[in-house]
Amino acid sequence: MTEKLLINALENEAIYIFREVAAQFEKPVLLFSGGKDSITLVRLAQKAFYPAKIPFPLMHIDTGHNFPETIEFRDKLVAELGLELIVRNVQDSIDQGKVKEESGRYSSRNVLQTTTLLDAIEEFKFDACIGGARRDEEKARAKERIFSVRDDFGQWDEKNQRPELFDMLNGQIQLGQNVRVFPISNWTELDVWTYIENEDLEIPSIYFAHKRDIFMRDGLIWSASEHVFKDDEEEVEERMVRFRTVGDMSCTAAVDSYAATIREVVAEIRDSSISERGARIDDKRSEAAMEKRKQQGYF
Amino acid sequence: MEVLKIATAGSVDDGKSTLIGRLLYDTKSLTDDKLEAIEKSSKKKGYDYLDFSLATDGLVAEREQGITIDVAHIYFSTKTRSYIIADTPGHVEYTRNMVTGASTSQVAIILIDARHGVIEQTYRHFFINNLLRIKSVIVAVNKMDLVNFSEERYNEIKADFEKLVEKSDYEDQNITYIPVSALKGDNVVEKSDAMPWFGGQTLLEYLEKLDTVNIYNRGRMRFPVQYVIRPKTEEFHDFRGYAGKVYGGDINVGDEVMVLPSETRTKVKEIYFNDKKYQSAARRSSISITLENNVNVSRGDMIVKVNELPRIEKAFTAKVCWMCSKPLVAGSKYVLQHGVNKVLAKVSEIHHKIETDFSGVDTLVSSLQINDIAAVSFQLNKPIFFDAFKEHRTNGAFILIDPQTNNTSGVGFIE
Ligand SMILES: Nc1nc2c(ncn2[C@@H]2O[C@H](COP(=O)(O)OP(=O)(O)O)[C@@H](O)[C@H]2O)c(=O)[nH]1
Ligand SMILES: [Mg+2]
Repeated sequence: MTEKLLINALENEAIYIFREVAAQFEKPVLLFSGGKDSITLVRLAQKAFYPAKIPFPLMHIDTGHNFPETIEFRDKLVAELGLELIVRNVQDSIDQGKVKEESGRYSSRNVLQTTTLLDAIEEFKFDACIGGARRDEEKARAKERIFSVRDDFGQWDEKNQRPELFDMLNGQIQLGQNVRVFPISNWTELDVWTYIENEDLEIPSIYFAHKRDIFMRDGLIWSASEHVFKDDEEEVEERMVRFRTVGDMSCTAAVDSYAATIREVVAEIRDSSISERGARIDDKRSEAAMEKRKQQGYF
Repeated sequence: MEVLKIATAGSVDDGKSTLIGRLLYDTKSLTDDKLEAIEKSSKKKGYDYLDFSLATDGLVAEREQGITIDVAHIYFSTKTRSYIIADTPGHVEYTRNMVTGASTSQVAIILIDARHGVIEQTYRHFFINNLLRIKSVIVAVNKMDLVNFSEERYNEIKADFEKLVEKSDYEDQNITYIPVSALKGDNVVEKSDAMPWFGGQTLLEYLEKLDTVNIYNRGRMRFPVQYVIRPKTEEFHDFRGYAGKVYGGDINVGDEVMVLPSETRTKVKEIYFNDKKYQSAARRSSISITLENNVNVSRGDMIVKVNELPRIEKAFTAKVCWMCSKPLVAGSKYVLQHGVNKVLAKVSEIHHKIETDFSGVDTLVSSLQINDIAAVSFQLNKPIFFDAFKEHRTNGAFILIDPQTNNTSGVGFIE
């Protein structure tokens, strides 16, 4: 038996939040994208409930434009840990005529996810959706609560948020409302990477440097794929790159990198000078982009 | 890594956002794309300097009006530790945001505009930090560049603030004064060439050297049970783990404990963190424990050491900070959440409103409006297990939830 427990403050805070979710809600769900943040969440949830299983399912809103490596990874993880996974597809929302596919140069399915997500919440009557958003990602996120109440339309009313005092989390909601929960709110990108390194967590291969067909646009590196709109003038070349987030292929840019191991990735992040969201094309659309999407129910 | 949470307080335009932006900039925490965005926005507004406040003022309305209207959390780290700063707005009507930001912080920075000195707002900011028992307070006298970096002016302001400190009843509080220019960067991260007369540490030096063991007010061990873990697998057939976070002192295997409210005595059998067992765990650990005897424990119960019992009462008086537009009146009912325990509470009496300016004037009132602070008595449907807030910063606080709207309407500090 080890003597005294030494704690990592952020990890312990996240575990506390997970337990509050399990205790205060009837139908929580963990929104799983296959990215590093949601992989971290799964690990934290395991620790929160050991030796019991994670007492809620995972749900992936699949845009259909994900990196195939991410989907493979997702299915492997779920199988290994014996977790329940729900998948809902943006393609279905398109086929049902609920949303319209964007077209043109910056087209992406990222915004369309919102409808599929809200429909799934209604379908399963989820009252708490756990997500991996972090406050350091973006300025509007910096104001997000840990328990963030959404109305019937999934909307975020940022001016009318509940105050969160000490570590008391108020999960009481009205019928039809639900709560978005952010256990790693207070983590930075580097905290997540360091945790993945220390815990020796497996992550999708696209996070490591690999050769890929890419093209340049607006100074960013885009993946050449059938899912990404490309002009004829935009030339495809092969380059050593990796990804810092694994969103939709159409809105996730790569960075030049030779970091082939988690240690090298952590070192690279530590002295990197572009923030993570700087490589997300959807935020470049406008400075207020994130806040607008959030008000409409985006995660 | 250790995480230090810092709350900021200051009136509008005292330079809170600029100070935080400056801290980020000088610790190289602003990435190229963020810096570029700040440069672009500064230029668009026609400034000939970098407006660091743009690094933190997040919401569209804030950018339009140029004010901070909600608590924003900003992150940066040095080799020593990670920092989380709450940028809390300074308007009178935003007492609630300041209380919120301070409730999760261990350190507070109070900003004073060197041109205006200690003003009524400063009284309030200091009062709230006191009310919330923030142990380390930094008084940053800002905009020193606008008073020719004058030592006399700084000393004058320091003396005025010291008069305020004399009125405080919080004796263990550590107060540090630093003259700074957030805009120019003097004494924020780098020592100021313009103020050679100041022999103290820069703001960051001070934060880096803060001993995080001493910044907490120590209290007795409290273990509120959050969740009962019952795996019901073959291997853990009879396992009952009580999951929760440790507050105050340490918890150890073998400790003689009492479960409240049943008042059953037993011993701590095992302490788990994930799949490993430990001999002891300190405050802020999210652990699960098993007990020697098969006792009935559920969420909301509290495990304490037998010789350190808390108060177990159904009625008490607390200082309440009201945070809701619907006023608090005597006779009204709320859900009272104390840690993870919920009970029903009735407001039995509103005694007097507490002025936040140290004037000591107590006005009798019949209702509490948003941002008011008052002494209020409550009657509960069941006893809770608490300590006075002054003795226990977590076990002495509660929130009030409006049963109609489910909103968090106020926070209380038990006397
Ligand atoms: N000259 C000077 N101006 C400052 C200083 N700090 C802040 N300011 C200016 O004061 C104004 C208000 O600052 P801001 O950071 O937005 O204040 P906040 O309302 O407390 O967040 C801005 O125009 C800043 O550029 C300083 O140290 N010196
Ligand atoms: Mg500001």
